[in-house]
Amino acid sequence: MICRCFGRTLDLGAIGAGVRLILGVPDYEAYLAHLSLVHPEQLPLDRDAFIIARQQARYAAGGLRCC
Amino acid sequence: MIWGGTAVLGAASLGVLALHRGETVSALWLVIAALCTYAIAYRFYAKYLASNVACVDPARPTPATLRHDGLDYVPTNRFVLFGHHFAAIAGAGPLVGPVLAAQMGFLPGTLWILAGVVLAGAVQDFLILAFSVRRNGRSLGDMIRTEMGPFAGTVASVGVLAIMMILLAVLALIVVKALAASPWGTFTIVATIPIAIGMGVFLRFVRPRGVLEASVAGVVLLLVSIWAGGQVAASPAWAAVFTLSAPTLALLLMVYGFAASVLPVWLLLAPRDYLSTFLKIGTIAALAVGIVFTLPALHMPAVTRFIDGTGPVFAGSLFPFLFITIACGSVSGFHALVASGTTPKMLGSEADLRLIGYGAMLAESGVAIMALIAASVLQPGAYFAMNAPASLVGGDVAHVAATVSGWGFVVTPEALTQLAHQVGEATILGRAGGAPTLAVGMASIFSNVLGGGRLMAFWYHFAILFEALFILTTIDAGTRVARFMVQDFAGMLVPGLARTSSLFANLLATAVAVAGWGYFLYQGVMDPLGGINTLWPLFGIANQMLAAIALTLCTVILFKLKRQRVAWVALLPTGWLAVCTLTAGAEKIFSPLPTIGFLAHAARYADAAAAGTVLAPARTAAQMHQIVLNDRVDVSLTALFMAVVVTMLVSGLRAAVAARANPRITAREASHDMPLLRQNA
Repeated sequence: MICRCFGRTLDLGAIGAGVRLILGVPDYEAYLAHLSLVHPEQLPLDRDAFIIARQQARYAAGGLRCC
Repeated sequence: MIWGGTAVLGAASLGVLALHRGETVSALWLVIAALCTYAIAYRFYAKYLASNVACVDPARPTPATLRHDGLDYVPTNRFVLFGHHFAAIAGAGPLVGPVLAAQMGFLPGTLWILAGVVLAGAVQDFLILAFSVRRNGRSLGDMIRTEMGPFAGTVASVGVLAIMMILLAVLALIVVKALAASPWGTFTIVATIPIAIGMGVFLRFVRPRGVLEASVAGVVLLLVSIWAGGQVAASPAWAAVFTLSAPTLALLLMVYGFAASVLPVWLLLAPRDYLSTFLKIGTIAALAVGIVFTLPALHMPAVTRFIDGTGPVFAGSLFPFLFITIACGSVSGFHALVASGTTPKMLGSEADLRLIGYGAMLAESGVAIMALIAASVLQPGAYFAMNAPASLVGGDVAHVAATVSGWGFVVTPEALTQLAHQVGEATILGRAGGAPTLAVGMASIFSNVLGGGRLMAFWYHFAILFEALFILTTIDAGTRVARFMVQDFAGMLVPGLARTSSLFANLLATAVAVAGWGYFLYQGVMDPLGGINTLWPLFGIANQMLAAIALTLCTVILFKLKRQRVAWVALLPTGWLAVCTLTAGAEKIFSPLPTIGFLAHAARYADAAAAGTVLAPARTAAQMHQIVLNDRVDVSLTALFMAVVVTMLVSGLRAAVAARANPRITAREASHDMPLLRQNA
């Protein structure tokens, strides 16, 4: 999604992905892009399955945060 | 030219802070001094570290580019990664330490926060991140094992497990202190559990991709629950349900920590982590805006008489106790674990190391400065009334006001009652631990911007919720991490116990982990001096000890890289932290004053018990013996911390001497030519 405001072009999708990354949710588009480039033969996970799998992997080890 | 101006401005602001002897001084000077210090440190010292110490090479591929897998290893935009890293390092620590240290006045804390972050904290975070990036994103423990040997590695893991126990206990104690006999606060914290579970179920079964929508909805529900908490506190029947004593809260927290860390992560842990990250970044940004817009006056004196070690909030003189009371915000060993966790796997270019490693720590230091400002905005009389234990100042407003006024911080009983009423609480006395003090400070800053006095109670409970929320997240996640460590150690004795898939091993190790921190929490709750007094210094010693270990590793690696000429950047803070932790540890054990020394305290209770008398807070002879036992446990733990530090320093020294004698580079970096060099991971 592209939005024009204050004379600038803002890519809302990219901003959303950035905020999600800060929260610790990895970027699905980056995963797709990587897979099609390096392993084009593999069938990618769909978006929801990808997010569920990454959440499990991230917190299974504790999801370390500082004090 | 610009930089010369910045230096002069920063120095002038510090001068104003140091020399001003009026009633109050504006927070403006503190803000300017901090910003100028950060700017100069980032521009010059961090640049020196990047080019001359870490030898950053923007052309060199990072683990994220070499091992790009679309999952863990993904090159990430530097500002996004900054946010991610900052959210992972900033927690309750930088908010609590400076509030406690404010008892010595705002100046000592400010100077240590600024000097500590520039020369120690940010150096540690930056170097550990840089070295981990050069080692395919390996963890701190792995790096210690490969660079300093398996023995040093095992000693360091024992240290990390011990620090986890103390960390979780002290964080839980902060929550207990804030919620005891506070139906409003207790209700809002309890409400976070169903809100998080609702988000978790939604994100699992309805719309996994809807993280942002769910988090925004969650934050709105949290705000509603703060309002509802006010209604609960106002209704006598409901208020009674949510008015819990400190020991009850401590037991509930243990049950909660156990449950939360064995439940599936999607149900409670992950959604609450999203919520707390949202709230954390939002509130910290709002606090910064609030401070800059209102530029409140600091009522706390620059330096108080309590630098002599007789302070009521924590006992012990400025050196070494100030330097362990403020850990996070100046230098926090815990960051070494985060900086060698997910961040090095997401770094797109070595050119970003300075921003992420050094810059994020400067930002955390800024949070600590804001906490110090919030605590100093309070009238000092109110600050001491909130933070001094009842055993020193008495249990009712009249006594407290009289004692605190007697110290020279004039306050009336009416003012204390009025303040409690304003923030919607029955009492604000004896609420040590930083969170409530910070909440009152934040509430007065926020209500200056928005809502005036009417919203003071709302902002107070908002601030309590904000801190308790991410403390509880740390408790779940930390219990889980501690469980894996316990399983690792147990696996050395009984191999089957190391299997993380075994339900029995899982429940057993979780119970051990919860019992570990639960013991110290309960001890803290029953402590006549309020617990924080005993536990926070132990936590500070542990955290600084971990920083000393991480910086020792950095020194060793620099020697092994044949860069011993610049190794002073790590050696200097290592030495300082070693001196502080060892002096503080020795004082905690051997000081003849019962308020500081555990042995003296134990002797006092043991002698009284032998004479057949009972000293408060004990009511029975059995409780007297319990207090003596607690003191001895604390002695053992402090001695363990000191032994770990000394062992690591000796191993580090030996490794550095060996590296110096060897004419070749002996550090094990993943190399240019063999980027995917197989390492025994």
